[in-house]
Amino acid sequence: MAEAVTTAETTEGAHSHHGEPDFWSKYIFSTDHKMIAMQYMFTGMIMALIGGYMAYVFRMQLAFPGESVPGYGTVTPLAYNSLITNHGAIMIFWVAMPILIAALGNFLIPLMIGCDDMVFPRVNRLSYQIFLLSAIILIASFFVPGGGFGGAWTAYPPLSAQSQYNLTPFGAPMWLLAVALEFVAFLLGGINFITTTMNARAKGMKMYDIPIVVWMIVIASILFMASVGPLIAGAVMLLFDQVLGTTFYNPDAGGDPVLWQHLFWFFGHPEVYVVLLPAMGVVAEVITVFARKKLFAYKTILYTTFATGILSFFVWAHHQFIAGIDPRMAHIFTVTTVLISIPIAEMLFCYIATLYGGSIRLTTAMLFALSFLAEFLIGGVTGIYLGASGTDIYFHDTYFVLAHFHYTFFPIAIIGFFTAIYYWFPKMFGRMMNETWGKIHFWGTIICFNGIFLPLFVLGMGGQHRRIYNFNNFPDLATPEMQDLRIFATWSAVAMLVFQIPFLINFTVSLFKGKKAGKNPWNANTLEWVAPSPPPHGNFAEMPVVYRAPYEYSVPGREKDYWPQNMPD
Amino acid sequence: MESAFIENKNPGASRVTPFLPNGVLAMIFFVAMEVMFFAALISAYTIVKSGALFWPPPEQPRLPVTATAINSLVLLASGWLLFKANKSFSVKGGQEAATRLLRLSIILGSVFVLFQGFEWVRLIGYGMTMTSSTYAGFFYLIVGAHGSHAVAAIFVLAIMLGKLKKNQLGQSEFWASQIFWYFVVGVWPVLYILVYLN
Repeated sequence: MAEAVTTAETTEGAHSHHGEPDFWSKYIFSTDHKMIAMQYMFTGMIMALIGGYMAYVFRMQLAFPGESVPGYGTVTPLAYNSLITNHGAIMIFWVAMPILIAALGNFLIPLMIGCDDMVFPRVNRLSYQIFLLSAIILIASFFVPGGGFGGAWTAYPPLSAQSQYNLTPFGAPMWLLAVALEFVAFLLGGINFITTTMNARAKGMKMYDIPIVVWMIVIASILFMASVGPLIAGAVMLLFDQVLGTTFYNPDAGGDPVLWQHLFWFFGHPEVYVVLLPAMGVVAEVITVFARKKLFAYKTILYTTFATGILSFFVWAHHQFIAGIDPRMAHIFTVTTVLISIPIAEMLFCYIATLYGGSIRLTTAMLFALSFLAEFLIGGVTGIYLGASGTDIYFHDTYFVLAHFHYTFFPIAIIGFFTAIYYWFPKMFGRMMNETWGKIHFWGTIICFNGIFLPLFVLGMGGQHRRIYNFNNFPDLATPEMQDLRIFATWSAVAMLVFQIPFLINFTVSLFKGKKAGKNPWNANTLEWVAPSPPPHGNFAEMPVVYRAPYEYSVPGREKDYWPQNMPD
Repeated sequence: MESAFIENKNPGASRVTPFLPNGVLAMIFFVAMEVMFFAALISAYTIVKSGALFWPPPEQPRLPVTATAINSLVLLASGWLLFKANKSFSVKGGQEAATRLLRLSIILGSVFVLFQGFEWVRLIGYGMTMTSSTYAGFFYLIVGAHGSHAVAAIFVLAIMLGKLKKNQLGQSEFWASQIFWYFVVGVWPVLYILVYLN
């Protein structure tokens, strides 16, 4: 990697102008998009640790039922329900969303399109404050009488609507309120992202000059905005059912419980793509830079993203094949579900074609990007069995489903995040991360991740159902072979959590002691590498002008193998 | 992060030409989200209604169809007045007429909301509450969602009126707030037909 840092330049172009702001206005009430991105990122990382701790506790309970869990104590059935519910909710709404959409969107969009800040900086700050409030409400809900909400993260009524079933009279409405506030936060953020990208791009940046990751975050924001309305409506109805005693989802009084499933999954399925697309974008950026090759078929990737976005609104009922929906409808949703794998597969092929013939550099960021492709592929392929309404009748609500969506969400939320952090860390903090520790972290994480979820596929095919507190109560599922697989998965989970310690140390040490990064340590083309590292308030000393598409690597006849977007010739 | 500020050399001039002003664009996306929100309420209502044996339930009071129809015309008139106010605002010297029309539009909008509230009080008096039936729950949910949007929009228009009087109103913020009010006015006939004329 020595040649990659030869263009190191110092950050002196920036001259102090407004003087030193105090701690509060600099770190807490900043309207600077980069500071808001950091706030989202660190909140997301803390929530990831909480979510990971929950996973540790209930995995221990499943491997060694009834025994005291070190660092927690004995897990009661009520606590188990609350742990699995909040693990799911936290990992999706308070980890994947803030890190992939909010942190990366806030950090990257203004820098990559060459503007000084978001078009609505104060709305942006409000967005984070609402998000923080939602996180505080969620964490507070663990400590109210009855504990945190225990009706599963999908919150199906009547289990979620009536406290005599979920036994969490205070946790349930607080959970719902936290989720609703979190949506408001991302709504404000999403409007900002879309408007900024449409109106504030650097001069000369045409539609096809926008980096793929910016496109992906913007399209993800559009998907989010188009799908979240129905869930807000559904959440208001559920909240009224819980608090006021209305009967929207109560079948005894003429309500319809399946209605919630439609409203939830109408949002819930596009949501998968809301978090997938930014991760795909990050991987595209990293792969082109470290393959030193032009991104293969930029326009095809863009169009397949549009196709994915549109199709994602017509697949939601594949979550409900056994909820009593019309079998004819199930056929239609099988077709649309299998159809959506085509644009995503096409995207993956484009990425692999980008690698073909490139001079690949296996940095930690690149390793994570490559593992994203492999692991997400497993998640995608196993999804085909679940999308087909015939096989799904058997697989529904088993650990096969659980392993499948962890093979999609783990690459998205965790591998995607690590790819981004190892790649953009020099830009975020002006210092390089240690590559050796990065690679130890990489191999530890990837091997252990497969160790957790491959056995769960087997258990799922063996009929093991989700959301069961103690398998000893089910003789068919309590065989020694199955228990061995559970124990193996649990130890893998513990090992994976332990392998995050090198990352946290590497991150913290590099923050203060890492090698100084220049403006452009990876020799990349996109505009964020034109700004100093870390970029000051206002980003660019001179606003950049764009002359070409973002992926002109190894252009024949040029001395250097990269060609920044802002370079006139 | 370093705190050094950079003085941009005229950042606005180094951008692409915007397609629409920022505020208008943001409002369009917000309204698109609101359309989906109301679409969800409407479809939820339609699904539950189609599965019910009796709709409306026999023991529940009938809704004031005619009075609300007249009230709907008041709301539509308010939207039309806002449109006229914008026309006056965009011609030179039309500020006074615009102020008058905008004030009248706000008054008519408020009349609509107040009359809706008056209807609610009467219906509650007849024993129709959020919990008395799923039918009543949906009625208050949908009409209430619309009413709260109307209150918010009237509040925004009142701020615009204050700015207009002080001659500080910008064209794009006026457009953005108009889009919101047109949405509130435009969605109402749909809700009226679905909820009142069943």
